[in-house]
Amino acid sequence: MRKLYITLKYLFIGLWSMFVVAPFLWALSTSFKDFNSVTGGATYIPWVDFEPSLEGWKVLLRSPAQGGVNIVEPYFNSIAVTCLASFISIFLGTLAAYALSRFTFKASFIKNSDITFFFISQRIMPPIVLSIPFFIMLGKLGLLDSMLGLIMVYVVLLMPIAVWIMVDFFNKVPKEIDETALIDGCNPYQAFYKVVLPNSIPGLIVAGMFCMIFGWTDFFFAFILTFTEVQLLPVAIVALNSSITPWWSLSASALVSVAPLIVVAFIVERYLSKGNLSGALK
Amino acid sequence: MDLLAKELVYQPGSEFHLDSMSFGMKKGEIYTLLGRTLSGKTTLLKTIAGLIQPDSGRVLFEGKDLNSIPVWKRNIAMVYQQFINYPHLNVYDNVAFPLRQRAISDNELRLRVSDAIERVGLKDFESRRIQELSGGQQQRVALARSLAKQAEILLLDEPLVNLDYKLREQLREEFSKIFTSEYSSDSILIYSSTDPMEAMQLGGETIVLDEGRILQQGPASEIFENPATTRVAEITNDPAMNLLSGEIAGSKVIINSKMSFDIPIHFRNLASGQYTFGIRASDIALDKKGYPFNVELAEISGSETFLHAKNENVSLVGQLDLVKNFNVGEKVNLHLDSQKLYAFGLDKNLASSPFKELARG
Repeated sequence: MRKLYITLKYLFIGLWSMFVVAPFLWALSTSFKDFNSVTGGATYIPWVDFEPSLEGWKVLLRSPAQGGVNIVEPYFNSIAVTCLASFISIFLGTLAAYALSRFTFKASFIKNSDITFFFISQRIMPPIVLSIPFFIMLGKLGLLDSMLGLIMVYVVLLMPIAVWIMVDFFNKVPKEIDETALIDGCNPYQAFYKVVLPNSIPGLIVAGMFCMIFGWTDFFFAFILTFTEVQLLPVAIVALNSSITPWWSLSASALVSVAPLIVVAFIVERYLSKGNLSGALK
Repeated sequence: MDLLAKELVYQPGSEFHLDSMSFGMKKGEIYTLLGRTLSGKTTLLKTIAGLIQPDSGRVLFEGKDLNSIPVWKRNIAMVYQQFINYPHLNVYDNVAFPLRQRAISDNELRLRVSDAIERVGLKDFESRRIQELSGGQQQRVALARSLAKQAEILLLDEPLVNLDYKLREQLREEFSKIFTSEYSSDSILIYSSTDPMEAMQLGGETIVLDEGRILQQGPASEIFENPATTRVAEITNDPAMNLLSGEIAGSKVIINSKMSFDIPIHFRNLASGQYTFGIRASDIALDKKGYPFNVELAEISGSETFLHAKNENVSLVGQLDLVKNFNVGEKVNLHLDSQKLYAFGLDKNLASSPFKELARG
């Protein structure tokens, strides 16, 4: 019975892994094909089924004048905008979340839960509703088509995620830990960064990952609020499309664009299970 | 008095957590706050620590008004009933944490931390993570942290309540030893508990709290022997003291038509009339010649049986030194030791106790 259970378990895991990995393998194999290999029926294994070609990858590095789409600059633009916007969102969001978790705010009928909902409500609105005011505001500030403008917009969009995740996380950190830190000689700021924050690393990582994923994959605002000066990766990838869909370079760009998220996920994965509060309050 | 509380009031909602509370405490003494849940024990400790600002009233320590000193500048240590430690630090760093917040030399820090860790019996656990410790060990870490700080006021908020029975017994004994050692000579130790046994075991002075008020203050044995009111008698006994309405008529104590005693000698000065009589569960025994009762419930605890029994309008709990299964509804005969009876007047104040006669008109 137990053997059957183990066999079924590994069978399921194996199938699921194939389901997850297959698209990557497909993209990887396609990125080394050329027009003939893609259109000439299903082929899978390089050198056996088809002759590998670097054309798909070269397009990504060539300048538009040479018939390519240079994604190097948009790539670093995306990294800069995503990292900065995520960092600012996490920094401000964590402070807001801590305040909402620990202090009671009250202004007539508005209470802590209403303020938390206010933050989340920013994400409920369809992006199209926000796009026009953002466009007008950035235009008046002279920040259209600029990194700073994009970062500001992304902070507005990402901070609610950070607040939402971190309020929930801080609510699970016993208040008595803060109180003990105060009694042990920390002022409220020291209690926050010496005690509460180190015990909230898993929450910070989850919030950070969400911010980075949302920021990295956003196409809509990057497309509307930038033109020629600043271009982000998703917009550059779309520019690859022409009358003939270039599957080989689209696959290469897809792999390049998910690579940073996979690297980040591998780096932070161990922290997710490492920090836990079981020793704080048994 | 080194620590003085004057008219402390704290009423966050409709109910008082502290209701005009005043008391004085001296250095080198152990004080036990004894009271049921929600009696104001934790609120009082947090007020002394500075975590709660009272609505009115003052806390003075050596003449200085503590209200104007923020928590982190008060020389106070506190151990919670939950095992509160810093999970991101190991045992040594947990204990060293309050000392690192002060400018203390490395050598002294090491000495004090090692000493505190040794005193709570965790010498070989210094580099362990908190999560790797058992509940009892985690509470020892919290205690070591408070000892290492060498605070002038040490607050312990029901530190043993979340431990299992055996460990509680063991730690209670160890705590008593630690607190009665030289450490406590220049500090005030305030220990809150719902368990009268702990108050007795720690000795020192007991303050009985109920609904944010102090009902009685004095040496533990004095309060145990002479509870000032029926409420104190209930709080300071576990199980609570049995309270029976009755009267003194001539040379008899009459509880109901079936229960009466010859008046015990310590009641001789009491005038005839209505009283509430109190008898501890441990002063009730099975006796064939005793009064007939019907068993309502029998709980076996360790080597004792708590017997809940009823006779007409009289319900009481007896603590019997045996392990026996009783059936619900079973008839038993119980002897109530009249020499151990307490008498409380209609105002619920103590009129006479087996340990002290209080002359009353």
